[in-house]
Amino acid sequence: MGAQLRVYRRRMRSVKATKKITKAMELISASRIVKAQQRVAASTPYSRELTRAVSAVATYSSTNHPLTTPHPNPHRAAVLIISADRGMAGAYSNNAVKEGEQLVALLKERGLETSAYLVGRKAVNYYKFRRRPIAGSWTGFSDSPTYENAKEVADALITAFLADAKSDENGVDEIHIVFTEFQSMLTQNAMAKRMLPLEVIESDAPVAIGLLPMYEFEPSAGTVLNALLPRYIEARVFNAMLQSAASEHAARRRAMKSATDNADDLIKSLTRLANAARQAEITQEISEIVGGADALASASAGSE
Amino acid sequence: MTLNVELVSPVQRVWSGEAQMVSARTIDGDLGILTGHAPLFGVLVDGQVKIKGVDGSVTEFSVRGGFLSVSKDRVSILTESVE
Repeated sequence: MGAQLRVYRRRMRSVKATKKITKAMELISASRIVKAQQRVAASTPYSRELTRAVSAVATYSSTNHPLTTPHPNPHRAAVLIISADRGMAGAYSNNAVKEGEQLVALLKERGLETSAYLVGRKAVNYYKFRRRPIAGSWTGFSDSPTYENAKEVADALITAFLADAKSDENGVDEIHIVFTEFQSMLTQNAMAKRMLPLEVIESDAPVAIGLLPMYEFEPSAGTVLNALLPRYIEARVFNAMLQSAASEHAARRRAMKSATDNADDLIKSLTRLANAARQAEITQEISEIVGGADALASASAGSE
Repeated sequence: MTLNVELVSPVQRVWSGEAQMVSARTIDGDLGILTGHAPLFGVLVDGQVKIKGVDGSVTEFSVRGGFLSVSKDRVSILTESVE
């Protein structure tokens, strides 16, 4: 076998091995998207009821709860960025981190300091590489977050929010979240939202809240709000994590699908090249034999 | 007239359907809800939630904290974890 042919064959083998891996990853992600979507759907009733309740309490009570009133002159804001633990998902983590950068720039324009809370190894590495301070980081659960994970993150955020931003360097006056919204298998959008202080309740959420009843609060509106708001933040963080997980799987599936397609193309063109090389080798061999036979024939003809 | 009850946790909808009566323990004490109850929003403590179905059978859940909201014969119980 000729040297050139051997090189082509070797490259084909390596591309084929890569293709097997990417194909497997594509299939795994495809099956996990479905599961992740189901988890998003399963968590929806809880967060819908909670949103409804928070709307009701915030609308009908005149309590000046720190979690609902915007700070008159905010000093520092927390930015929670949700990214992936692993790569191979195209621009997924990059998009989330970029969206976070834009948000940080926007907050800086308003004269706010920012402290970074990061979920997922990719965002942590991005900040570590640039030697930026990290206020809190959590890794290891980006592809299937549990409620406990969300609770841990939310607890840290609420603690920071309740601390005084002026005197305590960990305290914040606003909490923003950057996550990847799962719109469909094909579209996922990185987006930034303010979690605290509460926005004019979730006007963008497609939830038909309807007319809210005049609730009686037990024991009192203030107590209810105190108990309700941490749960609300947890539920929002959890929902953002689940959507991000679904988006991560969708992004990975797409990236791996195009990698598989590219490997296919590469194998096809390498096969062509290898075939041409083999044919050239055969042609050369034949012409060598013919040439040799000719030389022999003319040599023996001359000796007679 | 029956109550429309939903018991939900962050990870799933645990129970939903029609019921005659719901009882749960709030910070202020035990609370029973029948049809026609005034709109109410209560904070639950760890304890039992009992749902009496239309056929009279009682389903019990033990919840770890949560909330209970009642409006127009619609009862929703939100809890962090159910056993």
